[in-house]
Amino acid sequence: MSEGLPTPDYSLSIEQRESVYEPAEDTFLLLDALEKDIKKLRALDARIVLEIGCGSGVVSTFVAQNLGKHAFHLGTDINFVAARCTRQTARMNRIELDTIQTDLIRGLRLDRVVDILLFNPPYVPTESEATTDIERTWAGGPTGRGTLDRFLPEVPRLLSSQGVFYLVALHQNDIPSLLNHNEKELKGEIVMQRRCGIEHLYILKFSRI
Amino acid sequence: MKLLTHNFLSSRFLKNVATGYPLLLRVNEKELREVEFDQDFVQNIMPKVDYNCLVSTLMAIGEQGALPNELPENWRENEELLKELHRVLVKIEVIVGELECPESGRVFPIKDGIPNMLCQEDEC
Ligand SMILES: C[S@@+](CC[C@H](N)C(=O)[O-])C[C@H]1O[C@@H](n2cnc3c(N)ncnc32)[C@H](O)[C@@H]1O
Repeated sequence: MSEGLPTPDYSLSIEQRESVYEPAEDTFLLLDALEKDIKKLRALDARIVLEIGCGSGVVSTFVAQNLGKHAFHLGTDINFVAARCTRQTARMNRIELDTIQTDLIRGLRLDRVVDILLFNPPYVPTESEATTDIERTWAGGPTGRGTLDRFLPEVPRLLSSQGVFYLVALHQNDIPSLLNHNEKELKGEIVMQRRCGIEHLYILKFSRI
Repeated sequence: MKLLTHNFLSSRFLKNVATGYPLLLRVNEKELREVEFDQDFVQNIMPKVDYNCLVSTLMAIGEQGALPNELPENWRENEELLKELHRVLVKIEVIVGELECPESGRVFPIKDGIPNMLCQEDEC
């Protein structure tokens, strides 16, 4: 958990828990990485912040609370209940943010304007693809990267010239290949890593070359 | 859904749709949110906003108010205008309504303030 910066209040009802990802170690590792980088993030003077798969909304709300200046915060989730939960979490913390129910960024017209891009994707390797909302929160198909690999090609199109992309990944997702997935346009680095039980989690950060 | 969000939505992902922008907005329920005026925010976000889309959408939902049809050159210094831009960009909130693709007529519902841009595989 982050210590210095305030973390958002949130509360998921029993019904929400059936399909919305409850903040877990991966979520908090991402918050810790964002906290570690907060000075740099503030210096970006971000105008547009976009989170893919916003779930409970804790990550987007955390960024909005701590950037210092008002940016425009958008979140997408394929699950309507999650998109609604993110709005609820934001409001609970007096944060303004909009959510869109969609697959990744479908329907969004945000060419080269996103200053901070965030994604904690479903990353667990699973034999088959997810079929329910709750499975879609974590199940990543045979490589664990099913959803992520569909998203990665969009990243250069979204990022502003100074934009940064934070990604949660698992050791099994093949960190070196992720870091170099687009050497022509993006440089990647490991911001943080942590072993949480059986999961070895990473926070990767990408920016334009 | 704020009108600023609407400004960033398009249905270009649909099959046979060339631009899919601006999406036609119909509002059944809206509210005005309390958001503190932030001049910096408006000045910084306006260069990313498609002003024609904003104005035509405001007209369609009866909210154009005092906004001019074209953004005057000195908009950055005009506090009244900045306040009005702030109101229409982030204070007006569409709770229930729909978005319509200007080319195909495909409708995307807005429920609980959330537009649903999902589509079937054979649509895109
Ligand atoms: C691991 S959870 C992360 C939730 C939250 N951001 C967090 O860090 O706690 C992954 C999220 O991605 C969403 N998701 C899965 N597939 C998606 C897709 N194709 N498009 C948008 N969101 C998706 C899930 O519904 C879920 O909310």
